[in-house]
Amino acid sequence: MAEYNFLVVEDSPTMRQLISFSLKRIRGAKISEAGNGVEALKKLSETKFHLVVADINMPLMDGLKLLSIIRKDPNHAQIPVIIVSTEGADADKEKGFQLGANAYLPKPIQTNELLKAVKELVKIEE
Amino acid sequence: MEKPESSADLFKKTREFLDIFRKGEEFTQELLKENERLRYKTVQLEEETRTIKKGTEGSHISELREALKQVEQEKEALLNRFKEVEAENKDFATKYIEVEEENNNLANLYVASYQLHSTLDFNEVLRILQEIVINLVGSDRFAIMVLDEVTNELTSVAAEGMDEKRIKKVKVGEGVIGDVARTGESYFEPDVEGFKPAHEMDPLVCIPLKIKDRIIGVLAIFSLLEQKSKKLSRVDYELFSMLAGHAATAIFSSKLYSVSERKLSTIQGFIDLLSGKGL
Repeated sequence: MAEYNFLVVEDSPTMRQLISFSLKRIRGAKISEAGNGVEALKKLSETKFHLVVADINMPLMDGLKLLSIIRKDPNHAQIPVIIVSTEGADADKEKGFQLGANAYLPKPIQTNELLKAVKELVKIEE
Repeated sequence: MEKPESSADLFKKTREFLDIFRKGEEFTQELLKENERLRYKTVQLEEETRTIKKGTEGSHISELREALKQVEQEKEALLNRFKEVEAENKDFATKYIEVEEENNNLANLYVASYQLHSTLDFNEVLRILQEIVINLVGSDRFAIMVLDEVTNELTSVAAEGMDEKRIKKVKVGEGVIGDVARTGESYFEPDVEGFKPAHEMDPLVCIPLKIKDRIIGVLAIFSLLEQKSKKLSRVDYELFSMLAGHAATAIFSSKLYSVSERKLSTIQGFIDLLSGKGL
């Protein structure tokens, strides 16, 4: 069975658990969690991830900054990144896509939409 | 030189010739009769052959017709079964979507209740409750109000999108919020999309935080996030109903815990004082 490493970067433990809970429904999914961008970079240096789900508004390092670092790093540049945000504003979405996000999901996150986006980006067929 | 034939000879020859001719005639007559008989027989046989052929063809066609009828019936039966299977398929697909939705809803409810009961710190409980309302319900303006049983007033203890300190206290029975605290019944604005509050404290949704029949506060939601499309789904109502119970228990437990912690610390202080440790 194929294994997929997903990194969930979210400062809210509730949202982090909810996203992880949703991702666990994908067969072979292994979830790592980080509370902010700094923690995420540390995890990225330790494990090879198939996908990153990152919130935009986080302390220490927000999701957009994390995204720009990921895209500039040749070791991680190819990792698909989904950005999530409470803000419904298009500005976040646009900024995210400009920085190289693969998908944008507004909160409250719909599990079906999250799973659909993940499966498309990682090319998982179930 | 040949001797000339006598008339008697000639007569004899003539008779012989006539006999031969007669026999020939008789034979011809017989042949004609036979020919007629054979022609009749041929016609008869042809007629019989035609009848036989006709009969054979007829039964073959009817057999084919029967087979065709059966095939048609089988085709009809298969088409009906196909329609049934298609309908079943659609039904299964609908059920699958429903189960998926239910699964997602249960996951949301599980995470919400798990998080609410993950701490006994009052402020942490309020923070988690705020997170749930923002991230799961999708509200950007709401207040959590706790009932003071002495003054019979609801006071805001946490808020999002509004200044908590500026939120006025609400008497039980006063306005929509006060009425929810009085009756213990949730309030849902019927026209979420066209909701225009007449007053700042008019909520879109107001749910009582209650443990059994005891009201300990309310959660008043004043607006929803843009992406919620200004409508509430079934899971929102389920979440509200879950929040009414779990948030109340979590708030109540954490308050009780902090009170008991304070009391414990006071008692410990006394014990220390009495045992001379505090000196």
